[in-house]
Amino acid sequence: MAQEALLKVNSIDVFHGSFQALWNISLEVRKGEMLALIGANTSGKSTLLDTISGLNHPAGGSIQFEGRNITNLDPYKIVDAGITQIPEGRRIFPDMSVLSNLIMGSYTPRARSKREENLKKVYRHFPILLKRKNQVAKTLSGGEQQMLVIGRGLMSEPKLMMIDEMSLGLAPIIINEIFRTLKEIRDTGLTIIFVEQNVRKSIQEADRAYILENGRVSLCGTSQELCEEEKVRKAYFGI
Amino acid sequence: MTGDSGLLSPIIIGLLYGGLYAMIALGLSMVFGVMRLINLAHGDLVILGSYLSFTLWSYLGFDPIVSLILTIPVLFGLGFVIQQYLMRRAFAISAEAPLIIAFGISLILQNFNQIIWQPQSRGISTTYSMASFNIGPAQFPVSYLLDFVVALVVMLVLREFLRRTYMGRAITAASQDNKAAQLMGVNTRMIYGFAFAIAMISAAIAGTFLGMTFPFTPLSGTQFLIIAFGVVIIGGLGSLFGTFLGGLILGLVQTLAGYFFGAAAQMFFVYLAVLIVLAIRPQGLLGVKR
Amino acid sequence: MNVPLLSLSAITKRFGGVTALKDVTFDVQQGEIVGLMGPNGAGKTTLLNIIAGEFPPDSGRIKFKGRDITGHASYKSCKYGISRTYQIPQPFVSLSVMDNIRVSSTFGKKHGESSAGIDFDKILDMAGLLEKKDTLAGALPILSLKKLELARALACNPDLVLLDEVAAGLTDVEIPKILGTIKEIRSIGKTIVLVEHVIKVLVGAVDRIVVLDKGMTLCQGDADSVINDCKVIEAYFGT
Repeated sequence: MAQEALLKVNSIDVFHGSFQALWNISLEVRKGEMLALIGANTSGKSTLLDTISGLNHPAGGSIQFEGRNITNLDPYKIVDAGITQIPEGRRIFPDMSVLSNLIMGSYTPRARSKREENLKKVYRHFPILLKRKNQVAKTLSGGEQQMLVIGRGLMSEPKLMMIDEMSLGLAPIIINEIFRTLKEIRDTGLTIIFVEQNVRKSIQEADRAYILENGRVSLCGTSQELCEEEKVRKAYFGI
Repeated sequence: MTGDSGLLSPIIIGLLYGGLYAMIALGLSMVFGVMRLINLAHGDLVILGSYLSFTLWSYLGFDPIVSLILTIPVLFGLGFVIQQYLMRRAFAISAEAPLIIAFGISLILQNFNQIIWQPQSRGISTTYSMASFNIGPAQFPVSYLLDFVVALVVMLVLREFLRRTYMGRAITAASQDNKAAQLMGVNTRMIYGFAFAIAMISAAIAGTFLGMTFPFTPLSGTQFLIIAFGVVIIGGLGSLFGTFLGGLILGLVQTLAGYFFGAAAQMFFVYLAVLIVLAIRPQGLLGVKR
Repeated sequence: MNVPLLSLSAITKRFGGVTALKDVTFDVQQGEIVGLMGPNGAGKTTLLNIIAGEFPPDSGRIKFKGRDITGHASYKSCKYGISRTYQIPQPFVSLSVMDNIRVSSTFGKKHGESSAGIDFDKILDMAGLLEKKDTLAGALPILSLKKLELARALACNPDLVLLDEVAAGLTDVEIPKILGTIKEIRSIGKTIVLVEHVIKVLVGAVDRIVVLDKGMTLCQGDADSVINDCKVIEAYFGT
């Protein structure tokens, strides 16, 4: 597994208006890894993903992707550069068909040319989407909708995929199935960051993890290093 | 226009009028459906289209349909500029600011039209717009039929554009979920500019055909804005087909009211119909409840 | 033992098909600082809202100073002696800080009291807003707005103060200050119930923690035993 840093976040401070959400955050994502971002509700995980995606820009610090400075780019340019975020809440386009949703995923010029190829890949990873391709998206079950948004994300030809809270409201069987598929997807060369409520599951499934607490990185390590619960607990709670 | 053919005449006229009303309302409906903006300047922008067609026709002898080649790009560009440089900033200020700006644009346009083209009423009359055709004993102007057919075509083209093209889907997606659309690579800063500009294409077409059907003055915009509002309310927000139906219904209500209760009662019944729809089914006939 | 200041028994609340709170029962003694803790969606804010009277519970009873106040309207809370802060401050923007407090004290005072005896300067000092007392609320940055929330909640001379996430977004320097302020509020005779995600603050401020998970009380006790309780860990970390 390659060890170069695909994404580097350097000491960023991020504000929501005059309210500071992230304090001096630095992290590194290595090519080909499954990285978990762990933390309580207000720890800033989603803010971090939104900042990497360009929806919010840091007041200080910088972000590099493949060596290139992406700190102040517009969100659509960041998607074009190869970073796709699958936001929490399974935000399908409810009144469009499954196929239309997937096609929307290949909106950027780079992705458009590989549309048919990527559609086949998505159907291979998630056969249920092929079965339901003409159904209106809002009629799918929770698990199927989650697969749809991941599939839609894959259509954008990402190099790095960030998934926010994918398992909310899903049964453990479905969560495991999706994680299995994510590993398959990772093995095809994609790097994945995921944000998860379930701390133990995250450490289990990830290669490495960062623990965020109240807008700061409080711990990071490989899943081996984080097996020690006491450390994780203290970092999670900030005590 | 009549030979006494009973109800046939007002029904046909109502449907055909309704087509023109629908065509005028399409742009308003699309802008509201996509951007939640009530474009108070819409009627005046349509009338601007009428004046541009009129000018090309009366001074350069252009057939109005041909003149669309010039009027469409002008209104497209104007729409893009209005959205990108005025409305986008207004949205960032407050929810009411875009309404006020739209109102301001309406005033500016009315005065602009008045200064350039003088207050007297104008009309475009071509050989085909003055001709008439028969259904049974009754005679109808060809321009009404043209309005209906063109309205139907524009509505279908717009709908398919929004459903099948990448840009159309991007516009639809951005209106359903702005964040998800951005995360898919849609440049939402620009996409609304295009949405408004495309709505203006339909306004240009509506203006040209309006000019061929009715006489108009610099102040006609307001009257057609109100009708367009009625159409969108009846037909439903967020549905282009609904807007088309709404136009037909409004036209029918108007002519049937005129037939049964006299010309003075027409608009009263139209507004009554709008009120009834608002009371019973506020999202309109085919509207999407948001 | 005296009659508890606040007594909740079997509080249950449903929103549509979701049970937000189920059979929540605990007491708060006069002079205590009690913290509400729990993972995302546990029902902490819903419970706070019910105590404050924003909406009534579907079943169960609330007793304050021995008197049944179940289903009381929120504007009566102040009259009984309960006040609360809001996560998103909404002050009177065209009034000064001092006037905002005065409004709270005039309209929110308890039955039979006058606001003449209240030392506004002391309250502003406790909240850290004394120098800004003549600034218009509309001109304050968000942190000062949060402090204004605190001062406002104190100005009506309540017996019970409900704090809703006061520590979110505070700097490392301000966190110990807020801890001090909470303790000071207790020292002037108030009782406090707080919802807090910044565990550092929770653990540092409270006498006792009540842990909620999926709308039910999971356990109660002092900070140390609760944080290390395996049921609590499971609730936060998953299995």
